Amino acid sequence: MKRIYIREEYCMGCRLCEIHCLVQHSKSREIIKAYKGEYPKPQPRLIVEEKGYLSFALQCRHCEDAPCLEACITGAMYRDRETGAVLCDEDRCVGCWMCIMVCPFGVISRNLEGKKVASKCDLCMGEETPVCVRNCPNEAIVYEEKT
Amino acid sequence: MAKKTVPSEFIIERDDEKCITCQVCCRMCSNDVHTYDPELDEVNSDSTKCVGCHFCEMLCPTGAITVKRNPSEFKINANWTARVINDITKQAETGGVLLTGMGCDRPYPIYWDHILLNASQVTNPSIDPLREPMELRTYLGRKPDRIELESSDDGPGIKTQLGTQLKLETPILFSAMSYGSISLNACISLARAATEAGTLYNTGEGGLHRDLYKYGQNTIVQVASGRFGVHKEYLEAGAAIEIKIGQGAKPGIGGHLPGEKVSEEISQTRMIPEGTDALSPAPHHDIYSIEDLRQLIFALKEATRYRKPVGVKIAAVHNVAPIASGIVRAGADFVAIDGIRGGTGAAPTVIRDNVGIPIELAIAAVDSRLREEGIRNQASIIAGGGFRNSSDVIKAIALGADAVYIATAALVAMGCHVCQKCYTGKCNWGIATQDPYLTKRLNPEIGTRRLVNLLRAWSLEIKEMLGGMGINAIESLRGNREQLRGVGLTDTDLKLLGIKPAGEAW
Repeated sequence: MKRIYIREEYCMGCRLCEIHCLVQHSKSREIIKAYKGEYPKPQPRLIVEEKGYLSFALQCRHCEDAPCLEACITGAMYRDRETGAVLCDEDRCVGCWMCIMVCPFGVISRNLEGKKVASKCDLCMGEETPVCVRNCPNEAIVYEEKT
Repeated sequence: MAKKTVPSEFIIERDDEKCITCQVCCRMCSNDVHTYDPELDEVNSDSTKCVGCHFCEMLCPTGAITVKRNPSEFKINANWTARVINDITKQAETGGVLLTGMGCDRPYPIYWDHILLNASQVTNPSIDPLREPMELRTYLGRKPDRIELESSDDGPGIKTQLGTQLKLETPILFSAMSYGSISLNACISLARAATEAGTLYNTGEGGLHRDLYKYGQNTIVQVASGRFGVHKEYLEAGAAIEIKIGQGAKPGIGGHLPGEKVSEEISQTRMIPEGTDALSPAPHHDIYSIEDLRQLIFALKEATRYRKPVGVKIAAVHNVAPIASGIVRAGADFVAIDGIRGGTGAAPTVIRDNVGIPIELAIAAVDSRLREEGIRNQASIIAGGGFRNSSDVIKAIALGADAVYIATAALVAMGCHVCQKCYTGKCNWGIATQDPYLTKRLNPEIGTRRLVNLLRAWSLEIKEMLGGMGINAIESLRGNREQLRGVGLTDTDLKLLGIKPAGEAW
C-alpha cells in the first residue's frame, strides 16, 4: 500500500503538516475558521517529534500487524479493505484507550473535541495525497508505494 | 550623545485577522524576529532584527505576514542618503569594516539592458527550434591553430591532436561557491544539477567533500590562494582545474571563513583544524607575475598528466584585457572573468560596490584583445558576474564569451531572496549557513530539480532567440557582435563594446 515515509534529514520543524492536518480534520476545513471559530479546537492527527535539530512528523504507520486492531474491544479499529489503512469507526469507539496503550509509535491520541473517541491518522481518505505530505514545504514526508 | 541606532530596514506587517498564532514564523526565523506571547496568545514581531529574506512570508499558511521596506525616511538629500547616514552610524558604533554578501547592488549602468538582439525578416529565414534541431553544445578548452585532416581506409579523420575539451550541453555553468560559504546540501544540489543538465559546477576554494567525488565529471575543482583541500585526488577528481586569482565581488581581496563555520566536515574537506578561521590570502604567495602563473598552470597540468584543462579566474578590473592575454600566453585553457556584479559570501561593502568593472565591457575588451593578438583560439572565455536571465547569456556570447558562469541566479533558484546577509551564517533558506538547524531546510532533491528547471528554461529561451536570428548553433553566434545593437549608449560605450547603435544597418 501507499504509505507516508519520513525523511527526517529534511524536516525543518515548521509544523505546517500539523496545521494542515488540523484544518483537514476540522468541521469547516478552512484554516482561519478552524483556528479561530471552532470550539472545541480541532486537533491534528499527527505529532512532530523534536530533539535538538532532529525533527520529523509522525503519524499512524498503518502497521501490517497493527496491535491496535487486536486491542480494540469493540472492533471500532478496523483495516480498510481497499486501501489497507487502519481506521477508527468513531460510532463504535467507546474511548477505552486500549489502542493508545498498545500503539508502539504513540500516534493515537484522545479526541477531545466531542465524544470521547480515539483520534488517529486516516490518510486523509478521499484526498489523493494526505494534506501533511502535500503541504510539507521541504518534501520531508512523502506518500509512496515502496516494494 | 546617547546611543544612536540604525532604523530597521524592514517592517513586518501582521494581519491579526489572518494570524492564527500557529507560530510557524516563530519556529523558522533564524534572526528571532517573531516571538509568541502565550499569555496574550499573540505573535509579536521585532522588525529591527528582520533582514528581509521573506522566509516567514513564504511559510505563513494564511498569508498574514507582509515584509515591507520601512517607510521611515530622512530629510531628502541627494548626497546624504539614508544608506550613507546608516553606514556612518554603524561604523561610528562598531569602528569596523562594513560587511555584506552577494553582488554589487549599486545602480551602475547595466549594459545588458542597453543591448538589443537582432532577428531575421524576409531576407533570411528564421528557424523554429521546435521543428528543427538547435545546437547549444559548447566545447571549452584550447582549440588548435589549424586542423589537419587525413584519410585512411576507415574514412577521413583528424590528424591534429586536440587538447582536452569540456563538453557542455548548454553554455551555462555554475560558478564557484565553496563548501563553507554555502551548505553541503547546496553543493549537492549544484553537483547533481550540473550532472543532470550536462554542464559543470565549480567547487570554489573549499575543497571537495568526499560525497561529491562521484560528480567529478561535472566538476571544476578550484585552486585558490588558501589552497584549501587541494591534493592529488582532488585535482584528479574534477573535469578541469581553475586557478582562482580574483573574484568580481572583491578584486584584490582574500577570503575569510570564520572559525564558527569550520565544522568537522568542513575541516576535513579543507584540511584545516576544526574551528579555525580559513584565511585565503589576497594574492597567491607564489604568483607575482605571469611567469609565476605559468609555473602553477603547468605544475597542475603535470600533476594531472595533461588530461585536464587548466583555467584561470580573474576579476574584471581596468587592465583586464592585457591580463587575460598574459593568462592565455601562460598556458591557460580557459579564462574566467568575473564582473563587478559577481557575488560573494562575504566582502567589505566598500570593495564590493566600488572595485572592478562591469562584465559586459570586460568580455568585449578581452575578446577583442585576444582576437587582435591572434590567440583567441588558444583559450575559452567564461564570463560571470550578475547574469540574470537567458538574454544576458546570449548577449554575452554574442559579445565574445564562450560560456557563462551563473551563481546568484542559481542561488535564487534554490530559494535565495538576495537579502545580502550571507556573511552572518544565518541563512534561513539553508544555503549560506552551516547551522544544522538551517542546512536541512534545503532539500537537495528540490534544489536539483529547480536548478535543472532553470537551465532548461534558459536553454529553451536561448534556442528561441537563436532561431529568431536564423542561427541554428550557438557556435555561430559566438563573438558575432553584428547581432547586437546598443540603445542609449555613448559613442565610447559603443566603441568599447564593439557594437553599432540601434538603427544602423550592417
